[in-house]
Amino acid sequence: MKGLNISYRSRGLGFLFLLCFMFILIGSQKAQGHSSFDLIESPTKYDGKRVVYSGEVIGEVMIRGDYAWVNLYDGKAAIGVWLDKNLTRDIVYTGSYKAIGDWLEVEGIFNRACLEHGGDLDIHAYALRKIKGGRAVFHRLNPQKLKVALILFVGLCLSLILKRLPKG
Amino acid sequence: MILKPSAQDFKKIGYYIGKIIIGLSLVMLIPVIVALANREINPALDFLIGLEIGLILGIILTRFCSPQQDLGWMQGMVVVSFSWLVATILGAIPLYLSGHWNSFLDACFDAMSGFTTTGLALVRDLDHISLAHNLWRHLIIFIGGQGIVIIALSFFAKAAASGAFRLYVGEARDERIMPNVISTARFIWSVSIAYLVLGTFGLGISGVLNGMRPTSAFFHGLCVFMAAFDTGGFAPQSQNILYYHNPSLEIVIMIIMILGTINFRLHYNLWSGNAKEIFRNIEIRTFFFAVIITFLFVVAGLTQHLVYPCGMVLFRKGFFQLLSAQTGTGYMTIYAQQFLREWGDLALVGIIGAMALGGAVCSTTGAIKMLRIGIIFKAFCQHIKKIILPEGAIFSEKIHHIKEVFLDDKIALSASLITLAYLLLYVIGAIVGVFYGYPFLYSLFESTSASANVGLSCGITRPDMPLFLKLTYMFQMWAGRLEFISVFTLIGFFWALLKGKR
Repeated sequence: MKGLNISYRSRGLGFLFLLCFMFILIGSQKAQGHSSFDLIESPTKYDGKRVVYSGEVIGEVMIRGDYAWVNLYDGKAAIGVWLDKNLTRDIVYTGSYKAIGDWLEVEGIFNRACLEHGGDLDIHAYALRKIKGGRAVFHRLNPQKLKVALILFVGLCLSLILKRLPKG
Repeated sequence: MILKPSAQDFKKIGYYIGKIIIGLSLVMLIPVIVALANREINPALDFLIGLEIGLILGIILTRFCSPQQDLGWMQGMVVVSFSWLVATILGAIPLYLSGHWNSFLDACFDAMSGFTTTGLALVRDLDHISLAHNLWRHLIIFIGGQGIVIIALSFFAKAAASGAFRLYVGEARDERIMPNVISTARFIWSVSIAYLVLGTFGLGISGVLNGMRPTSAFFHGLCVFMAAFDTGGFAPQSQNILYYHNPSLEIVIMIIMILGTINFRLHYNLWSGNAKEIFRNIEIRTFFFAVIITFLFVVAGLTQHLVYPCGMVLFRKGFFQLLSAQTGTGYMTIYAQQFLREWGDLALVGIIGAMALGGAVCSTTGAIKMLRIGIIFKAFCQHIKKIILPEGAIFSEKIHHIKEVFLDDKIALSASLITLAYLLLYVIGAIVGVFYGYPFLYSLFESTSASANVGLSCGITRPDMPLFLKLTYMFQMWAGRLEFISVFTLIGFFWALLKGKR
């Protein structure tokens, strides 16, 4: 009887471990998401399905009524995400020369050729999570470029003097 | 017997190239000012370096190469073709210094693509480029579209007056709008500036109404206008026109692309109140029929593969891409990979056909062009008539291009030769692509896009593409933009230098 109890207990523990493993697996899959490469190269495979996509917000958030367009760049390509404008409130930085945009993860329905948006390949997101905040980028003056510019300026002045000298 | 070029030939060529370099360098003042206004210090230095190199080179050339005689045809052609190469190198300097291009060759590729209004790009991380560099990418399209020489003619009217017409013709513009070439150059600039103001306003308003910040909307409007009117195809963001998700903007862009594809002589007629010309002109008629025929191919291809869920969507995507191809712009509202993965061969054939045909002569487009297609078609009909009619019958075929012109064998032969040269260029590029393992149709697509100065891509043009393929496309863009003659003259010039007799 005792042996049977141990067997049940070990089976129960085994089942618990299996359950945990499955949750971890599903969780990790969700975090991994889909890349722009997957979605653009195999659009038919994901058409109309739930996808998780993450990337840096680039350009600007374009508000259209109660919704907004956000373009997310994952390092390979950027994909347009259509979402409720309230979801965009957390976006502080958008990628440009002067800033690295917030890195967002969106969950939504992928459309190979969206009927609502004139055939655009897009994602209609219903959930958004900020993975990493962006930041302003301060570009320091490049001393090498400054040196070259100054040397060339001297060269330019000399060539202007040369131009004014009488020929022959 | 081929004669070796003399010192006097070099002096003439050097002098005019010097003038053109100075003109082009001065244009770099615009991005310098934009960079300083936006506190983009390093980009300002990039352009300052480019400007200084250009001015030093230009001043030295004009100082040591003062010509004593008028510019001849050969020298004029060499000046034009060589100045486009120099412009490419000069224009690539600030691009390369930005760090957004893998190598100087890549920067030259984009500069060549910009000046020739092609639009194929090797830039990396475009979404983080400075405003000054982004403006420069579009500005070189605007300069290249009107013509680098046109700039020089506008700036240095007196200096260039003697050989002006030869330079003008060398830049693939054999039609004078006004009796004087310099007035023609200035007219081209006036028209372009007027449309620039209107187009930027239209695009900017569309951007503001669709959620963009006003400053950003008008900056994007300015850039997109320059690339659409000059049928270039660069866009400020990596997604090209898809970035905006904006149908009204797409409509405005389509109007601008059509305006860019119209002959400047026709613009002159329209501005002078001769609106009837648009319905009679052979180029416009041919353009209209070409769009219909190539679009039928696209529709058939997209329908065959059920690419889009409804007719309206098919029209929006299909027609925009088609018009972009036909006008030689290269703007895209789909991803390059979608051409390969979804569109199917038949639709691609339609797009390739549209790219290969192009817009009007004396416009900002590339490719074979509508006037030549119209002439060849008329000559073909004339030939058939000759066979059908009795032997003694006399008849003449006319074409209407601004005025009535009798179609003779000389005109037909000239149109056929240039068409043949373009077809060869398309195929040669495709063969190089096939050599590197790309399928023929995709190679032909990219090769036609480069040669016809379109800029649509099915994904072959990437920073990691083979080096020789980059060089091939650069040659195609250059030869295609200048319509061969001045390029062949330059090759002949170097041949004479090596093999000619004193």
